[in-house]
Amino acid sequence: MEFAELIKTPRVDNVVLHRPFYPPVEGTLCLTGHHLILSSRQDNTEELWLLHSNIDAIDKRFVGPLGTIIIKCKDFRIIQLDIPGMEECLNIASSIEISEWRLSYVNKEFAVCPSYPPAVIVPKAVDDEALRKVATFRHGGRFPVLSYYHKKNGMVIMRSGQPLTGTNGRRCKEDEKLINATLRAGKRGYIIDTRPLNVAQQARAKGGGFEQEAHYPQWRRIHKSIERYHILQESLIKLVESCNDQTQNMDRWLSKLEASNWLTHIKEILTTACLAAQCLDREGASILVHGTEGTDSTLQVTSLAQIILEPRSRTIRGFEALIEREWLQAGHPFQQRCAQSAYCNSKQKWEAPVFLLFLDCVWQILRQFPCSFEFNENFLIMLFEHAYASQFGTFLGNNESERCKLKLQQKTMSLWSWVNRPSELSKFTNPLFEANNLVIWPSVAPQSLQLWEGIFLRWNRSSKYLDEAYEEMVNIIEYNKELQAKVNLLRRQLAELETEDGVQESP
Amino acid sequence: MEHIRTPKVENVRLVDRISSKKAALGTLYLTATHVIFVETAPDTRKETWILHSQIATIEKQATTATGCPLLIRCKNFQLLQLIIPQERDCHDVYISLIRLARPVKYEELYCFSFNPKLDREEREQGWMLVNLSEEYKRMGLPNDYWQLSDVNREYRVCDSYPTELYVPKSATAHIIVGSSKFRSRRRFPALSYYCKDNHASICRSSQPLSGFSARCLEDEQMLQAIRKANPGSDFLYVVDTRPKLNAMANRAAGKGYENEDNYSNIKFQFIGIENIHVMRNSLQKMLEVYLAVCELKSPSMSDFLWGLENSGWLRHIKAIMDAGIFIAKAVSEEGASVLVHCSDGWDRTAQVCSVASLLLEPHYRTLKGFMVLIEKDWISFGHKFTHRYGNLDGDPREISPVIDQFLECVWQLMEQFPCAFEFNERFLIHIQHHIYSCQFGNFLCNSQKERQELKIQERTYSLWAHLWKNRVDYLNPLFRADHSQTRGVLHLPTAPCNFMYKFWNGMYNRFEKGLQPRQSVTDYLVAVKEETQQLEEELEALEERLEKIQKVQLNRTKVRSKQSEPSKHSGFSTSDNSSANTPQDYSGNVKSFPSRSPSQGDEDSALILTQDNLKSSDPDLSANSDQESGVEDLSCRSPSGGECVPSEDSGKDRDSDEAVFLTA
Repeated sequence: MEFAELIKTPRVDNVVLHRPFYPPVEGTLCLTGHHLILSSRQDNTEELWLLHSNIDAIDKRFVGPLGTIIIKCKDFRIIQLDIPGMEECLNIASSIEISEWRLSYVNKEFAVCPSYPPAVIVPKAVDDEALRKVATFRHGGRFPVLSYYHKKNGMVIMRSGQPLTGTNGRRCKEDEKLINATLRAGKRGYIIDTRPLNVAQQARAKGGGFEQEAHYPQWRRIHKSIERYHILQESLIKLVESCNDQTQNMDRWLSKLEASNWLTHIKEILTTACLAAQCLDREGASILVHGTEGTDSTLQVTSLAQIILEPRSRTIRGFEALIEREWLQAGHPFQQRCAQSAYCNSKQKWEAPVFLLFLDCVWQILRQFPCSFEFNENFLIMLFEHAYASQFGTFLGNNESERCKLKLQQKTMSLWSWVNRPSELSKFTNPLFEANNLVIWPSVAPQSLQLWEGIFLRWNRSSKYLDEAYEEMVNIIEYNKELQAKVNLLRRQLAELETEDGVQESP
Repeated sequence: MEHIRTPKVENVRLVDRISSKKAALGTLYLTATHVIFVETAPDTRKETWILHSQIATIEKQATTATGCPLLIRCKNFQLLQLIIPQERDCHDVYISLIRLARPVKYEELYCFSFNPKLDREEREQGWMLVNLSEEYKRMGLPNDYWQLSDVNREYRVCDSYPTELYVPKSATAHIIVGSSKFRSRRRFPALSYYCKDNHASICRSSQPLSGFSARCLEDEQMLQAIRKANPGSDFLYVVDTRPKLNAMANRAAGKGYENEDNYSNIKFQFIGIENIHVMRNSLQKMLEVYLAVCELKSPSMSDFLWGLENSGWLRHIKAIMDAGIFIAKAVSEEGASVLVHCSDGWDRTAQVCSVASLLLEPHYRTLKGFMVLIEKDWISFGHKFTHRYGNLDGDPREISPVIDQFLECVWQLMEQFPCAFEFNERFLIHIQHHIYSCQFGNFLCNSQKERQELKIQERTYSLWAHLWKNRVDYLNPLFRADHSQTRGVLHLPTAPCNFMYKFWNGMYNRFEKGLQPRQSVTDYLVAVKEETQQLEEELEALEERLEKIQKVQLNRTKVRSKQSEPSKHSGFSTSDNSSANTPQDYSGNVKSFPSRSPSQGDEDSALILTQDNLKSSDPDLSANSDQESGVEDLSCRSPSGGECVPSEDSGKDRDSDEAVFLTA
């Protein structure tokens, strides 16, 4: 990957440069493939050209919306840039920061890990040879890769398959080196194992296992218990069954809802995701997430943590990118998991509503933060439908490798190309959305979690009155926007007329 | 004041039970009306005010190394734990509160000392805001079939009924008095709601004293008179809202229910709503679930759902709704009149009549109409507020959340029909608060007669006037008077859709802000509507100015052809949304997180997000020098109502969201 690809904000205006012995210069900051350039865009003022390779270290500071980057150069010079806007400042900082990460094509032919994409992000300090070795030590060849980089403090979420320690406690030096390479000096990290301890212990008998403290002293392991496969599938079957049963009295309904355990799963997944986000944002620690294969509960946790932490993942495009990255590219086996849904009696081993549970968790957060998402409930419902049955190629196959073999890119249409058409987008846009650049911490208390009626009671109750309410809400907001536009137009007209008037009066 | 043993205790800690046992240090004060806790932290000095009348139970817990814990449970579902350093102080506070929380006479109640600084005229007007005579007029009464009866003047027939009652025109005083003698506590059949479109009515009474075989000619004539007052139907429904077993048991005591053979053309129907004792226990069980969930560190979903189910609460809510739906259907679809009773006809009957009226009549779904409904079916018909809500020290077996259940039914309906109600959830919550607060005189006593004897209207203030004054806080932004949901009868699905009934977090966990949605759609929409209103005004002003300038220019240079078209924009009416023209209680939210340290700021700020974003939502507005856009000062509005508004914020920990996940 070229450096230029890392540049998120190539240009910022109104940046102030402070240098020793010079007056401050205000100008435009540009990032190119090789240089950081600050220009006042006036002829007689000196411009600053700084080679990226001259940067030795940088510091970030924030005072309100004003960010400051202090650049310490290899030639001992220290300069300061004041950048308006937190977002811009963080983007600039992360672009020029000496990246500890690199793009690896070790999996180009899907040879190292069949369920990984050809390109993955790994620590710079680990070469492809080491990655191959690590792959043999991780379930399904799923060596630890970068899932999310938290710009605010540089901490990361990694994900992988379980380590193949087996009963005799096999270890892999390269694996230890790889994950330690993600830690800053003197920092500790957390390994979130989505399985309970006893399940992880049992896994050793089958060649799997977990990271032994002795070999990973800088890491603290936390075990959670997110269920898998048939348990989730049975939960879905029971839930849909009780939603369709219209005969019971009130008590039976609640006990059936309880017996399905669906909300218990929701709570467990959300809690684990919140824990991951908390480690990153509050504890300032990097984390590694895995269960057994690293293709199911792992992805639920890493993707939900991003919803909580990363404002962009709450936009439509950002959420699409999240699905693409954390589910499709990350090798969630959609074809196996979504082969059958709640009504099919044939018991196959691989079906599980893993993705639906993820969408349900997103809905729970959306319900608690109704103004923080650019998309609405319909967007989530649409994704659920397409994951199970679709005229588009996006969710076909179990991983990137299979999709390549099937030549889906040539033979089918992408769901995103259809969804992103303005006529479709309007159906999925949340009228209440106001960009929220903050971390959003959902409540995971039982009384804060609800059955997702839009999915599970969709065909059992009329939504007429709720739809009308939604429409009314849209009208209120649309009318407000319309008025704003009109007022602005009139103000401009008036300003123009008044200047004309002034011009006429002045002679 | 003579009951206060110690007016002030220092170094008390107030424990927040949701966030792992964090406590705020402060000073505890006991006054004649309130318990006040003032935090020592100099930057906040946060105050928590608890009315004595809100205190349900006080429990002294085992002394620990840190002090003596005192657990206070409130009737508005607030739960406080105070840790008092000295055992002696704790005991004094405990003994004082036990007495203060259980006043023995009405004069001790807060409403007799509460003074909102209104003059006499304002107070009297406040009491006139809700007028039942006008309400009956609005229904179209009196008419050919119904008349105002003076049979109960000076409460001669029934002391728990009001003096003004509507009865069928054909029911003579002889029939009424005869019928009253055949009914428990002489609560004879009287009109609750009249549907002028089809002449069907809802009447209410207590159970007949039928025993196993007793009959009363006048009572039979009375029912016949009610049936005949509805020419559109040849029968009358008689709905007994008790479980059949309970009604049969009553026969042994000489009471019971109507025998279809003795009354001509009635259709008798049981609808099983349990009695006040079952309901009291059910609420207690449900609250245990809610509160246990708050106390445990990591409560499970199963515990919660099981507990909720075992409490039976939602089943009872559904039973009340079902009864209301049955009656509303009988009136609106069959055009039949209904007589409703239970045992005494002041609990379940009040619930069911008011739910049915709410379903039938759009007027009761407005702010004012809802006040009228409570005034009519609850206050005037002698619902025993003092007994049910334990306002005075009395028999704990009389206490039961009867009107709470009605308010919850309304909320459940609001969830189903989001555009149909003029008021919002906050309105219901504040009414619930004041039913227990005894701050206003409306809900005092057990009957109209008692209230008159106490001269309540001369000595206290009316809640309705207070709520009406602050009505902008209670408006539902989705309500439109001309919306199809607003008009006519609310039709609920006939299929037993049990999943319709949800648990009401906003009420039972209202003091746990961390468990509620963090962004309020209602408040957001109210703010948008407010801005819309301001934009409309500005638009009008701008158009005027534009027109003026153009006129001047036109006069000056008549040959100018360039003309803007102000007419394009002038079609706007500025009065459409006038109901939403006052700002919301945003600062309430802000106040609940008074000290935001930078590291804890992010999740908290999500709450005040809407204002920030409104400010920046239109860069043109803020870039313009004109500050009239009016959104700038949303955040500095003070919460309205001062101490009259129940403070959900009190006792709230500042960063309850923190660290609950890290339990490993």
